[in-house]
Amino acid sequence: MLVALILLPLLPAALSLVLPWYQLRSWLLSATGAAHLGLALLLVSEAPPLTNPWIGLDALSCLVLLVTSLLYLGCAFYAVDYLAMRRDRGNRVMVPCLLVFLSAMTLAISARHLGLLWVAVETTTLVSAPLIYYNRNRLSIEATWKYLLLCSVGIALAMLGMMFVGYAALGGGEPPSLHFDWLLEHAPSLSRPWLHAGFVFLLVGFGTKMGLAPLHSWKPDAYGEAPALVGALLSGGLTSVSFLAILRAVQLMAAAGDQLMARQALVGLGLLSLLLAAVFMVRQPDIKRMLAYSSVEHMGILALGVGIGGLATFGALLHLINNALTKGCLFLTAGNIQRAFASKHLSEVRGALSVLPLSGGLFLAGFLAITGAPPFGPFLSEFTILRGLFAAERPLIAGAFLLLLAVIFIGMGATVLGATQGAATEPPGRFKDRLLLVAPPLVMLLLVLSLGLYLPEPLHRLLEAGAHLLEVRS
Amino acid sequence: MSDVNSVILLVVILLNFFTLGSARLVACIRAAALQGALLALLPVTVHGLSGHSLMLATGAFTLKGLFIPWLLLRAIREVRIRREMEPLIGLVPTLFLGVLATVAAFLFADRLPLLLEHQDGLLVPASLATMLTGFLLLMTRRKAITQVVGYLILENGIFIFGVLLSTAMPLVVEAGVLLDLLVAVFVMGIVLNQINREFSTINTERLSALKE
Repeated sequence: MLVALILLPLLPAALSLVLPWYQLRSWLLSATGAAHLGLALLLVSEAPPLTNPWIGLDALSCLVLLVTSLLYLGCAFYAVDYLAMRRDRGNRVMVPCLLVFLSAMTLAISARHLGLLWVAVETTTLVSAPLIYYNRNRLSIEATWKYLLLCSVGIALAMLGMMFVGYAALGGGEPPSLHFDWLLEHAPSLSRPWLHAGFVFLLVGFGTKMGLAPLHSWKPDAYGEAPALVGALLSGGLTSVSFLAILRAVQLMAAAGDQLMARQALVGLGLLSLLLAAVFMVRQPDIKRMLAYSSVEHMGILALGVGIGGLATFGALLHLINNALTKGCLFLTAGNIQRAFASKHLSEVRGALSVLPLSGGLFLAGFLAITGAPPFGPFLSEFTILRGLFAAERPLIAGAFLLLLAVIFIGMGATVLGATQGAATEPPGRFKDRLLLVAPPLVMLLLVLSLGLYLPEPLHRLLEAGAHLLEVRS
Repeated sequence: MSDVNSVILLVVILLNFFTLGSARLVACIRAAALQGALLALLPVTVHGLSGHSLMLATGAFTLKGLFIPWLLLRAIREVRIRREMEPLIGLVPTLFLGVLATVAAFLFADRLPLLLEHQDGLLVPASLATMLTGFLLLMTRRKAITQVVGYLILENGIFIFGVLLSTAMPLVVEAGVLLDLLVAVFVMGIVLNQINREFSTINTERLSALKE
């Protein structure tokens, strides 16, 4: 079943290479997205045991799988109308790449072998490069080159980290293996120095991909220049997948009874990400780059939450869902605004609310959600992390966390309010809110809103099971 | 067998210096190709003849030694660039840094808590030195194509370390890793071509419009 889920997008990808009908090719995306989500829900509710040594779903991967699949479905529907507007650019590369991207992400989520995980994550880099280069101009090629080189080098370091973990197994007098479940079982006998080195390199490697500061430098460029739906998929889906890869390393350290170092490293990188995001978000005139820094910020929050542990881990996992869906809403509506104004720069984008009442309104609401205003979901998850910080008796970090969130709120607010409020700078162009361009972000926002009001019981159990996997087992 | 290993690894280290000191792109690519081809023999010389090591060696030889260099040589023919004109740091200082990095790699490898059977061989120091060389090339060169060569050499360094535990790496995964490397170079080649078309140069310092 899981194999079917991984391979599912490949058939339509192959089909889209030969089909001559433009519009049908776009609809393939939505059809595959819907089938993927349906199958994923079925798999998660079944919860098959981890018997296959190569692939399987535990609580953490179930969570990321559902989030990614949901986000993908939204972006796939958005893509139909988006690509219809951009017939000049075509979709012959975009559609197959998007489909293979989904397949690679699913493989990375379900991998139970570190090598397989690595291969899948590197594949996501390679198939997303053409997506970032969709607009084919100087800026987008610069962004693509930086993305490709930085992420490839980063991921090469993750490979080294993986080998160090393998060597740690060798040093423990065991026949080396990179099967994750085997490693977890034998974690206490792994050679410590090599395990530590392995963790550091895995963190740096997958941290580059996830965009934790100071390894985030490709992010503003790539998110800024990529089409909106690609930005949404990268910032909500791919970052979650990379975070899952880091969580695997944390799990390994926890199983080895050595999680203090892992947690300290995560807290440090998390705080640094929040700090750098705050610095660059203030007076950011480019709305998509601003969203990229917001992504850096939220990756920092995730790392911080897992680094603190306990209740904060639960909060971080909840935040993963909220961040993905809210970012999806923000990127998609920012894309609409950019289409309407033919710019994403604050000097030319003014009064989006009066030009595009729906997209502008959703963008504004998405901003309130992502900065943690009640009653949206991120408020609940950030508040849970804060409670976790106090429960862990880290008041200084809690203070810094709150301060940085406030700075980010003000910085982001200045840009968002400037873009949405006031009189429109430019007479509205041909662009109008279309159903498929507005419905997906609206649904995402409604989901985020309902998550803030009510946490369904099955989801609660899934989150607890996920958080439990990250704690010491003894 | 360990003599053969040492000879291979020494040549690999010499090739590191060669790429650091050479301004001619074709020569750099050929050196990286030779390095890849030599490294491909390591699984066989270290672990002996077996189906696994033979397959790995053949795969790595074909891709690292033949196919990827061919792709790169074709790419530079298309963009008609032959020389690395002015590296960010001169060639001689880079070479000097390379020597320092290699010495550091040897000193560092001595202090690593290696298993007894790996303590004497050149595998670990050569691996570290090659990775550092790749990083140096990535950081000090302006031409996008030399950066790709740097990435390849970095990967070569990781491959050497991987030989230590190649029994732990199933063939499917090794194949996936090599395939990813190939596709990476392929995609980079396409992007390279686009950079050349947009900017009429492949100097990455022109890629500086995006910044804060």
